Amino acid sequence: MKNLFKLFSIIIFIITSNSYSFAAEKVEYLKTDWSFKGLFGKFDRASLQRGYQVYTEVCASCHSMKYLSYRNLAEPGGPEFSEAQAKAIAASFEVTDGPNSDGEMFTRPGKLSDKFVMPYDNVKAAQAANGGAYPPDMSVLVKARGGGVDYIYSLLQGYEEAPSNVSLDDGVYYNKYMYGNKIRMAAPLSDGLVEYGDGTNATVEQMSKDVTTFLMWSAEPHLEARHQMGFKAIVYLIILTVLVYFSMKKIWSRVESEV
Amino acid sequence: MSDHDYRPKSKVGQWFNDRLPLLTLANHLTDYPTPKNLNYWWTFGGILTFCLITQIVTGLTLAMHYIAHADMAFESVEHIMRDVNYGWLIRYIHANGASMFFLAVYIHIFRSLFYGSYKAPREIIWIIGIIIYLLMMAAAFMGYVLPWGQMSFWGATVITNLFSAIPLVGEGIVTWLWGGYSVDNPTLTRFFTLHYLIPFLILGLVVLHIWALHVPGNNNPVGIDVKKPSKDTVPFHPYIVIKDGFALLMFMIVFAFFVFYAPNILGHADNYIEANPMVTPAHIVPEWYLLPFYAILRSVPDKLLGVVAMLSAILILAVLPWLDTSKIRSAVFRPLYKQFYWILVADVLILGYVGAMPAEGLYLLIARVATAYYFLHFLVILPVLGFKEKTLPVPLSITEPVLGGSPNLAVARNKESKIE
Repeated sequence: MKNLFKLFSIIIFIITSNSYSFAAEKVEYLKTDWSFKGLFGKFDRASLQRGYQVYTEVCASCHSMKYLSYRNLAEPGGPEFSEAQAKAIAASFEVTDGPNSDGEMFTRPGKLSDKFVMPYDNVKAAQAANGGAYPPDMSVLVKARGGGVDYIYSLLQGYEEAPSNVSLDDGVYYNKYMYGNKIRMAAPLSDGLVEYGDGTNATVEQMSKDVTTFLMWSAEPHLEARHQMGFKAIVYLIILTVLVYFSMKKIWSRVESEV
Repeated sequence: MSDHDYRPKSKVGQWFNDRLPLLTLANHLTDYPTPKNLNYWWTFGGILTFCLITQIVTGLTLAMHYIAHADMAFESVEHIMRDVNYGWLIRYIHANGASMFFLAVYIHIFRSLFYGSYKAPREIIWIIGIIIYLLMMAAAFMGYVLPWGQMSFWGATVITNLFSAIPLVGEGIVTWLWGGYSVDNPTLTRFFTLHYLIPFLILGLVVLHIWALHVPGNNNPVGIDVKKPSKDTVPFHPYIVIKDGFALLMFMIVFAFFVFYAPNILGHADNYIEANPMVTPAHIVPEWYLLPFYAILRSVPDKLLGVVAMLSAILILAVLPWLDTSKIRSAVFRPLYKQFYWILVADVLILGYVGAMPAEGLYLLIARVATAYYFLHFLVILPVLGFKEKTLPVPLSITEPVLGGSPNLAVARNKESKIE
C-alpha cells in the first residue's frame, strides 16, 4: 500500500507539473459556477438555449461554427430544442445547394441535416471584412484556448480603457485577458443587446455565461454522456477491484499471510 | 521447468500438440515459476501489455473513420468526436492511452533501474525493452501529428528538422522525410502508415521480450538468483495473474478518471486549432512524456550536438548492463546506489519540468546542469560505484527474508507440489 501511495504521488506530480507549465503567463480569470463541471456536471438547458440566441444574434455575424449541424440543436445533451423548433431555426437560414439538373446553384431554406451556415464564403473574405484578422471558427474554441471556458468568459468582459502607456492602432482594442492585451474584435456585448425570450435580464455577465456554456457544449457535445458513463465505469471498476483484492488475498493465503 | 514432460490429457489434444505444441506453450505460461516476493512494481509488465492491446484495438477503430489528408484530417477527427457512435470515447481512450502507456513504461523502466533487472543474464530483455521504448516514442510522435492541429504540424516540423543537423546530407534527408519541401500531405499520409505499422512491430518485440524473460525467469526485489521451481517460486497462474489483475484494475481507475473527467488535460490546447503553416504557435512543446529529452536537446547550444546528446540520452540505456559494474542487482543492498538512484529520478523529473518551459535564463541553466548530471550518472557514477561501494550482505534465498519460519510454509509446499 505504501508503494501504491508513492505511485499515486508520482501521478499527481506529473499532472500538476504539466498543467502549471505556463503558470508564469497566466492571469487570474473571472470565475463563475459552471453547471457542467464536476462528477455529475450537466449543461443548464435554459442557459444553452439563451447561449445559442447570443451566438446566432451576435457572434454568428463574424464567427463560423462549421462542425455543427442544425440537427445537433435538438439532440439529447444539448440545448434540446424541440424538433419543430430546430426545423424552424434551420429553415430561417438560406443554404446554397446544387447544382440542379440545369447545372445551376440555387438557394433553399435550411434543413436539420445542414451544417451551420458560414458568415463568409472563405477565410480571405472573412479577413477582408475584419481588417485582416480572421474571426476563428467557434466549434471547438473553448478547447483550443489554454484557459478554456474561464478564459472565454473573462475575455468577453475584459474590455476596458487602454492604460496610457499602451498605444492602439485603428481597429485594435484593449482587453486585459487577451494574450498581449490587444484584440481585433470590438467589445461584442453590451447590456440589453439581445432580448431573452424567458425574461432573463441580458446583462453582459449573463450573456457571457450563456454563450460560453453554449460554446462548451459545441466543443464537447457528448459531455453529459461522458460524465454519466464515467461515473458508472469508475464505480464498476472500484467494486471489481475490491472483489479481486479479496480473491487475491484468499489465493495468496496458501503461500503466505502477507501479499 | 515442467513443460518438457507435459502431455495433454485428451487424445485430440495429444494429436494436436504433437503437430503444433500450443498446449505445451499454454502450460508453460500458466506454470511459469515466478519469484513469490515480486512487489507491485512488477505488475507493470502486464499493465503495459494491456496498454498495447488497448491502443491497437482503439486505433484500428479510429482508423476506420479517420481520413489521412491535410484538408480533411482535422475535420474527420471532429466527425469521430461528434457523429461516430461512441467516437468520443474511443478517441479519448486512444489519446489518453498514449499517456497511460508512457506512465506505465517509465515506472517499468525505473523499476528495472532500481532492482538491477538489466544485469546479467537479462541484458537481451533489457535491450529489446529499449528498442520497444524507442518505437513507442516514434509511434506516439507520429500519432500526435495525425489530428493535424497546430501542435501536430509544428511538432512535426521541429522534430523532422532535427535531421537537417546531419552534415552534408541533412537537408536532403529532411526533404525525403517530408516528401516535399515542407510538412504537408505526403508527410501526413506516410506518418499515418508508419503509425499503423509500428504497434505491430512493438507487439512482435513484446513476444521476444517475454520469451527472453522466460529463459532466466524474473528478477525479484532481493535481486538474487532463484531456483526454479522451488519454495521461492509460485506458478504464474493463479498467483501472479490475480495480482497483476488487481494492479491493472487500480491502473484502469486512474485511466478512466482521465478519459471521462479530464480527457484534454494532458494534451495541448493549440492542437484544437487546425494546422496553419502561416502561423507559428507561441510555444512549441511536445507531449509530457518526451519533455526530458526535449530539455536535453535544447540545453546544447549547437544543433547537431543537441541532437547527438538527445539520442545518446536514450541509447546510453542500451549499454547500461556494461556501465553498471556492480555485481549486486538490487538497490536494497546498495546504500550508495540507492541515493544516486533517487537523485537520477529527481534529475529526470527536473528535465521534464524545464522541457516545458521556455529555453532561456534560469530554466536553460537548470536544463544544462540536469543534462550534465544525467550523463554523469551513467558514464561516471555507475562504473565507479561498482568498485567503491560497500554493499550490504545479501540473503541466500528469498524465502529467508520473506518467510522466516512462517507457519504457512508447509502448506505452501504442499500446494505447489500438487500443481504440475
